[in-house]
Amino acid sequence: MDLAADCVVLSAILFGLGVVGFVFKRNIITIFMSIELMLNAVNLAFVAFSRQWHDLSGQVFVFFVIVVAAAEAAVGMAIIVLIARNRHSLNVERVNLLKL
Amino acid sequence: MTPALADAYSLAPVITACGFGILIIVGDAFLPRGGKSLLARIGVVGALASLAAVTLASRHTDDAYSGLIRTDAFSLFLESLIFVITVLVMLGSYDYLVREGLPLGEYHALLLFAASGMAVMASANELLTAFVGLEISSIASYVLAGYRRTASKSNESALKYFLLGSFATAFFLYGAAMVYGATGTTRLDVLREMFVAGRAPGPLMLLGCAMILVGLGFKAAVAPFQVWTPDVYEGAPTPVTALFASGPKAAAFALLVRILVTGFGAANATWFWAIWVSAVLTMFIGNLAALTQNNVKRMLAYSSIAHAGYLLVALAARSEIGIAALLYYLVVYALVTLGAFTIITHLGEPGERRLEIDAYAGLGTRQPFTAFCMTIFLLSLLGLPITAGFLGKFYIFDSALKAQLPGLAVMLAMNSVIGAYYYLRLVRVMYFTEPEQEWTPEPVTAGVGAVMFLTAVAALGFGLFPGPLMTFATISAQSFR
Repeated sequence: MDLAADCVVLSAILFGLGVVGFVFKRNIITIFMSIELMLNAVNLAFVAFSRQWHDLSGQVFVFFVIVVAAAEAAVGMAIIVLIARNRHSLNVERVNLLKL
Repeated sequence: MTPALADAYSLAPVITACGFGILIIVGDAFLPRGGKSLLARIGVVGALASLAAVTLASRHTDDAYSGLIRTDAFSLFLESLIFVITVLVMLGSYDYLVREGLPLGEYHALLLFAASGMAVMASANELLTAFVGLEISSIASYVLAGYRRTASKSNESALKYFLLGSFATAFFLYGAAMVYGATGTTRLDVLREMFVAGRAPGPLMLLGCAMILVGLGFKAAVAPFQVWTPDVYEGAPTPVTALFASGPKAAAFALLVRILVTGFGAANATWFWAIWVSAVLTMFIGNLAALTQNNVKRMLAYSSIAHAGYLLVALAARSEIGIAALLYYLVVYALVTLGAFTIITHLGEPGERRLEIDAYAGLGTRQPFTAFCMTIFLLSLLGLPITAGFLGKFYIFDSALKAQLPGLAVMLAMNSVIGAYYYLRLVRVMYFTEPEQEWTPEPVTAGVGAVMFLTAVAALGFGLFPGPLMTFATISAQSFR
């Protein structure tokens, strides 16, 4: 297997770990980190495919993902801070005023 | 026209909306405390200017920015709808914001940013642009959902929307990466040419398509990814819920149509069954869950899920009349839902206390105009003849039959009957039940009255004279030839 294929397999593993973390973790910060892990798996896959196709547009995509993820993190952390202030807890199971 | 100017023309509505949004934020810093209502006016003017800028965009209907953006009748149709929704949401939310003591500046700026993101989604011709548009609108929406900062329910709504929205975005992106890996491009028209040339979708491509569908399914709130919808809709401030149920849903469907029909249109066997199953699940889950709700916001949230199912039926028809029916229904549904949520905003009272169905008892005698408008909206959602909702359902039903999908058509009709129960229940409470405690609703203000009047006129007008809207929808559907 060449390097690009290895990287794609690694990115699939990272993405899977992110999904598992999102589903099973109970701390909001950890859940948020799992999402970041998934986004970085996406970046790795794009870079690997970009190398495989000898095409730069995949790497351009990565820059957009990084920038947008930063913007999303800013808003996300603000929401998490609000939750922590109003409820004094970061456990998602205690964020349950609205029935699911 | 120089190429740079031509490109700017096709993004004119987006540029206008963002420009006014920035103007509001800057203005907010300089205006004295008492003069903030000027910002709301700038917001409405900005949304109207963006709507006017759609005509500028129509002067250059072609690919722009090296194929990243595509302006055609379809994108113009949805941009018009999105900015009409923005204007109506702004008109309907001013009194609410004042009543709840929420800042006016950021609200209107965020609405304009969200609308600009939706407009980008409507004209995306490349998965990269689709992603950027999706995120511009989503990030603004996360903030809007949590706009009542001190209310725990609003916080919770924002958190759930943010976590599940980002999760969905990650799926969309991984799908885009897989499509890129399989083909070496993320441009939708290039993908289309590959399929037309006879290329069969390989496993990587199918995985990519499936993950993109999962991501967009979350955003459009279709089953089995609809779980977040009632919670987010219930917890968000009511005018923001009005926006969520109309704008982002329209934009998500626009993107779904764009990606499935332009990108994967020639390989539609790959996604047909996914859409079919999702349509059936969405219709039944939405309608059956709405039956047992006592909170009006939650009931309409489930109703919005059911309507997304009807839209999927039109998409499953995979034909031009199907897309035209989808667009017609999207307009009717968005305006009517917006009107209904505006009435809920109006009757909510400080702190959003009046949200139970029983709180609407006796509205028919205490505020006949409001009750009458609400009845029109509910009957249109139900799909009773004369209202636009009936014609919308009829067009979708017709397109499903013509596409040889009698099963879907029958289930659509069945679901309309189930829906009748909970819509008529609210009508009955408004007219034939007396409240346990005497109450007088607040008088209807100019903004709320205008939204109620305009959406009610639309619900009846498009029902009696569907011609112009249907013609525009048909022309838009032909953009995919």
